[in-house]
This record gives sequence, structure tokens and C-alpha cells, in this order.
Amino acid sequence: MGKVIVVTSGKGGVGKTTSTAALGAALAQNGAKVVVVDFDVGLRNLDLVMGAERRVVYDLVNVIQGEAKLTQALIRDKRLETLFLLPASQTRDKDNLTPEGVEKVITALKNAFDWVICDSPAGIERGATLAMRHADVAIVVTNPEVSSVRDSDRIIGLLDSKTLKAENGETMEKHLLLTRYDSARAERGDMLKVDDVLEILSIPLLGIIPESMDVLRASNVGSPVTLADGRSAPAIAYFEAARRLNGEALPVVIPADKRGLFGKIFGRRAA
Amino acid sequence: MPVDDWLVQLDNLAARSAGFFLRKPIVLDLTNLDIGQDELRDLVAKLATRKVRIMGIEGAKASLLAPDLPPALTDGKGTSDVEIPAVDESSAPAAANLEPTVSAPSRSNSSVVVSQPVRSGQSLHHAEGDVTIVGSVASGSEVVAGGSIHIYGALRGRAMAGTMGNSTARIFCRKLEAELIAIDGFYLTAEDLEPSLRGKAVQIWLEGETIKVAAVI
Repeated sequence: MGKVIVVTSGKGGVGKTTSTAALGAALAQNGAKVVVVDFDVGLRNLDLVMGAERRVVYDLVNVIQGEAKLTQALIRDKRLETLFLLPASQTRDKDNLTPEGVEKVITALKNAFDWVICDSPAGIERGATLAMRHADVAIVVTNPEVSSVRDSDRIIGLLDSKTLKAENGETMEKHLLLTRYDSARAERGDMLKVDDVLEILSIPLLGIIPESMDVLRASNVGSPVTLADGRSAPAIAYFEAARRLNGEALPVVIPADKRGLFGKIFGRRAA
Repeated sequence: MPVDDWLVQLDNLAARSAGFFLRKPIVLDLTNLDIGQDELRDLVAKLATRKVRIMGIEGAKASLLAPDLPPALTDGKGTSDVEIPAVDESSAPAAANLEPTVSAPSRSNSSVVVSQPVRSGQSLHHAEGDVTIVGSVASGSEVVAGGSIHIYGALRGRAMAGTMGNSTARIFCRKLEAELIAIDGFYLTAEDLEPSLRGKAVQIWLEGETIKVAAVI
């Protein structure tokens, strides 16, 4: 039986889809059977980031409404054998997601995969609550700025009240993924510090993904950043986050500013 | 219509003493006033245009209040929709030894302990007694207690203590970053708070009609 992860945030544009793709690919690169599920019905993006937009025939809504079988809708990644995508519908809206239909799909996926990663839409409405409903683990994606942190706090409250786990009296396992972290801006005080975010949200840290052009570049060529350039700083951060998801106790290092050789020598002398 | 006359008197009063209602939380007492829900809604709106902020309504039947109206406030006296008829012992001997089952509002000093943070968007209400929170109260959340509020963490949202007319209630927190604090209906917003106390461990209490905030060690 696989684990169901929801990647959620409340606020839009913080990196949910990027993180879903990157973590999904990272887990699959270690040999696990992974499916990434796009819950953003009407505003799908995961197919683009995964580079599968031209291969979408059937989608999540088709499966829920019985118009297609789950196996017909699943798209196997061209680069990784064990990575699959279940795309969202672009032409329907979120009202087509029914709680019973979502439950059936998630249960079927759980039986066939090691990891089921659900990419939640922004907001706290139907799409987002259905995406989190059946999750075993939640990854809360947050940018180090106040509005994102407050929205994440709201989502954590919903994770603790509106999910099946919460309704059964269990506690949902929650992890914080801090994305778009810019060390230069953090040093200048333009951004919330890691400790401040952790203090406000008080959930364990899964990883810190540095702000990087590599992420944008990878998205534009339709590749998860962990596949596009495995040695880039964000890819390494996602690989480490994936290992932590697997239960490894890996310390989180706050990304430092990239300095040249002179900067390093100078920095060391000054310190 | 008597309400209109009353509003004229109110306008006279406001004209004589400018700023009488400024920044004051007002409770509307509807005892002895026969008023419908639409008329009440109209009255609250008319008062709002006069910058009178109605924080609660007293002496109103439960059926009169709606979610878009200010909440009911009582000073301990219950108000019921149905008048309970006095038991006429002569005509109903069989019912004579029945206890009248009127549930008085509970005045017990029960306290609750919450051992997780209060998240943004959550609202924690405990009308009877103290609330202790082991964790922080997030921005965009609120804690409302009939008694005192103790927060072993940062207070970033709203805390309202002594809401049932308890002016001795206090608020304690490890780190003051509140959006709003209130005791017994008197309130301060973040802007009114002394900047030097921000981020400090404080206690908040009421002295007369002034909210006092001081650091605690």
C-alpha cells in the first residue's frame, strides 16, 4: 500500500506544481513507483512541467465520471519508467470532482504505486479540500514572506480538521517545504528568516529550495528540475527532501550565498 | 416611530459632544423594545452611518439575531424566546412536583487547555472560563474567553478576554504581536500598542476603562 502525499499551500504561485514534479521525479529516480496527480481542474499545469502536455488523452475527471479507465488516463514518463502522471481536465471545472469519485481513484492508485503525490490547486475551496482529504502526509509549500506564511498556517488548520485522518482522530503528518529562498535577500532582511517561518508554522522542515533560474529553465523545457539538471542547487535540495520523506534523518542546511573564490577567502578572514 | 425619535435625540447628543461614541464599543440593549429583525438590521445600519460601533446586542430574543447582526451579549441573565408559564398548582396537581427544567446559563469556572497552535482562520471560543494555549495564536485567528487567556507562545491574532462582563480577566502571552486585544469589551488594536512592548512577554489587564499592558519577566 502506497503513501498519499498532498502538496498544498493556500497561496498560489509558491511552487506547488514545481515541487510536485521535482519530488515525484526524485523519488522515482531512486526506483520507487510514483504517480503525480494534478488536482487543479480547469487550470492544469503539471502536464507542462512534466513535459507531457501533448500526450494527454484522458484525465482525472474522465476517470471519475467513468468515461475512461484509470490505466487509460495514466501517462508514463518518457525518461523514468516508474514515474506516471494523472493529468487534470482543462475544459471542466472543479465541480466535476466528487468526494466518492476522488476516493475511488486515490484508493486504486494507492494499491498500484509506492507514492501518490497530489498537486493541490491554490485556495481553500473544493479542489484544495478534496486534494488533501485522503492524504497520509502533507507537504506545505511556503515562500519566506508574510502572506504565504499566513496562508500556509490556514491550510495547516484545515489539514488538522477537514481531512479523513483528522476526522478519524489521527494527526496528519505535515512537512514544511520552504521554496524560493533567496539567501542574499534574507541577509538584507527583505525576507522572513527560516527560523521565523518555522516558529510561526511550527511543523518540521522537509527542505529549503533556493531561488534559482534553473527551476524556471527546467519548467520551460518541460522537465522536473531534478531530471533537467541533477547537480543544480535546487535539484540537490529536492533530492535531499525526497530522502527525508523516506525517513532519512538528514540535517537541513540553509543555502548560503553563492560567493566566488575571493568572496570565500575574504568571508573566512573576516569571520 | 419611537426608534426614529430616539435617533433624533441621539443625533442631538452627538452634536453637543463630538466624539462621544468615537472608538467606543457599544452594546445595544433591546429590553422592552418590540422590534423585528429587519427593523433591527436597519437600526444597526443607521447607527453605523453615525460611526457608532455595535459590538453586541443585549436583551434580545435568540430568534431576533442573525449571523449578519452583532452577537448576543448578556450579563448573566438568560433571555428566552418563550415565556415560561408559572405552574398553576390548583389546576394541574399532577405537574406540581415536577422540577421546572429551566437551564440557567452555566456560571462554572471551567477552564480549557489547548496544546496545539491556534492557526490562521480558526476561532476558539470558551464562554465560561479561562483558556490556556500551549502554542502560538496565529495572525488571522481569534481566541475568545469568558475568563482570562494564557498563551505560552506568540500572540499574533486577536485575544478577547472577559467577554461575559468579567473586567478582572487578564491576557498573558510570551510574545506580544497581537492584531487586537480586548477585555470586557474594551479593546486596543495593534496600532494603539506601545511599540516598545512588541515582541515582549506581557500581561494585559483592565484598570477602570483603560487597558494596561506591561512586561512580565
